[in-house]
Amino acid sequence: MTAVDVPRRRFADREGALAWVFLMPSVFYILALVAVPFVLAVGFSLSDVTAGDPSFNWVGLDNFRAIFDDPVFWQSLGNTFLFTTVSMVLIVVFGKVLANILVADFRGKWLVRFLVLLPWTTPVALSAISWLWLLDSIFSPIDWILRQLGLLGGQGAPLGNGTNMYWLGEPGLAMASVIAVHVWRLTPLSAVIMVAGLVAIPRDLDEAARVDGAGYWRRMFEVTIPLVLPVAAVAALFGAIFTFTDMAVVDVLTNGGPNNATQVLTSWAFFRGIDGGDVGQGAAIALFLFPLLLAAAIAILRAVRRMEVQ
Amino acid sequence: MSEAERRGVWTEERSDEGRRRTGRVAERQPAVSYHLRHVLARIGLYIGATIAALIAAAPFLWSAITAFKQNRDLYNPANNPFLFNRPATSDHVTYLFDNTAFKYFAWNTLWVGVLVVLITLLLGLPAAYALARLERPWAGWFGVAIFLVYLVPPSLLFLSLSRIVVAMGLQDNTWSLVLIYPTITVPVSIWLLIGFLKAIPRDIEEQAMVDGYSRLGAFWRAVVPLTFPGIVAVVVFAFTLTASEFIYALSFVSPTTEKVISTGVPTELVRGDVFFWQSLQAATVVVAVPIAIVFNLFLDRFIAGFTQGAVKG
Repeated sequence: MTAVDVPRRRFADREGALAWVFLMPSVFYILALVAVPFVLAVGFSLSDVTAGDPSFNWVGLDNFRAIFDDPVFWQSLGNTFLFTTVSMVLIVVFGKVLANILVADFRGKWLVRFLVLLPWTTPVALSAISWLWLLDSIFSPIDWILRQLGLLGGQGAPLGNGTNMYWLGEPGLAMASVIAVHVWRLTPLSAVIMVAGLVAIPRDLDEAARVDGAGYWRRMFEVTIPLVLPVAAVAALFGAIFTFTDMAVVDVLTNGGPNNATQVLTSWAFFRGIDGGDVGQGAAIALFLFPLLLAAAIAILRAVRRMEVQ
Repeated sequence: MSEAERRGVWTEERSDEGRRRTGRVAERQPAVSYHLRHVLARIGLYIGATIAALIAAAPFLWSAITAFKQNRDLYNPANNPFLFNRPATSDHVTYLFDNTAFKYFAWNTLWVGVLVVLITLLLGLPAAYALARLERPWAGWFGVAIFLVYLVPPSLLFLSLSRIVVAMGLQDNTWSLVLIYPTITVPVSIWLLIGFLKAIPRDIEEQAMVDGYSRLGAFWRAVVPLTFPGIVAVVVFAFTLTASEFIYALSFVSPTTEKVISTGVPTELVRGDVFFWQSLQAATVVVAVPIAIVFNLFLDRFIAGFTQGAVKG
């Protein structure tokens, strides 16, 4: 319908034009500050740009060849998968448990809710500092408790006769610590998303199953979990994005150490691109993440859509 | 119940038609055990809630204790770390406020957060409305594309973005964060708001337009007020994301008084290998508690937003 057909139709009524006007600012902004830098980053990954020499020279896939030759890259890639997979499983499982607690009614719920949300609402750099102190190599109160329980220090103690565990100093423990802190931080978000899913389940479904004699676990596995699955998938997707792209926990806690045992792709990209000044290689490492992330996101979103339709 | 009746029920149980009554009998018998199970479930709930709260809060409790300790108490591994073996002191907390740039960090985080939230709503709300309601054939694809923007990691963009920031003359200026942060908040906010807008009945706009408002007027007068819960969810989410952001703040801004909390505290309060542990921990608690309180106030709206945004989006 054109303006000529209906002369009195004002601009504010023309949906097509209005849609563009409403969208344009966001589209323009995202193109300018996401799409353009993205293309620039792809360009960087194919160039020899460094912090010292910002002139752009085409080098083709040399940067990718160089990072593939570096064993630290493969270690970071393995760490990223280990870190993401273990974290995601734990975040979704603990998130479900926590969501079950948060939907129930009990005394002092507001306090529990407040405390439980703290890990997520606190800026990650600060909570990581809190953990850095909690896992301190000498003054860790966890070590103190283990010593008091006789599990650590002294002859024949089960966890060794040293006085400390060195949580962030031993490769295996450092990875476990980084994962634990990450799970601790993101479980509340996943719980909140799942509460949303649980609240949305029609009550009569659960009651119908109860009347039919289904016990708690059966209701859990045959009613609640299938219905929560789309929302849980979204929670997992959000968590995976945060896990893949956020390196603040690794950076503050271990800085990738000891000996690259906790190095993930993002922190390795930062290390090469900023600390090492090799912008081209940094961009190539960071870019390596993107197809993986994209494939995972599309797969999850499609799965959610399909579950919705049924 | 007489003996005969009971026997009657039991015989009926064998026949197929008796299935429904069996259920009734089964329910009547274990009344005590049902009560017991209920009590056990309640106890389990309280235990679970307590454990969850303790695990979530443990680092902060430890921070809160640490912040008030004297050095001689803190740096003695033989002391019980959970008790004050020497009198508590507030020196390190006052040091944080009087002798460090923490005031500047907090103020910068606050005003950057408020401006970013405003920009996010200004850009995101109309865009979400266009995608949710204005019936364009490309709206579905566009929504997914905007969500995918959220997947582009900051670690990929910060190198080129810092070039752009320099080109605009904003390097080492907190305003650079106001410019860049909406790249994180706008896509996810549009996605959340689409869900909220779809949940509002179309009749409301149609009624407003029948009453003489233009489409634009209907959006502004009728739809926006009803989207208020979604707007609150976006405000809280965007502010939290902004306050937590680390990589951009680290690479764009280096003067002390221009920094925000998330970079200022870890970089400025640590001198080489010397950590001002008490002041650092005080900073953590001082920042964590207010944000969590605000978040709690709006949690229910946030939850509502997430269901609609995530599931119907």
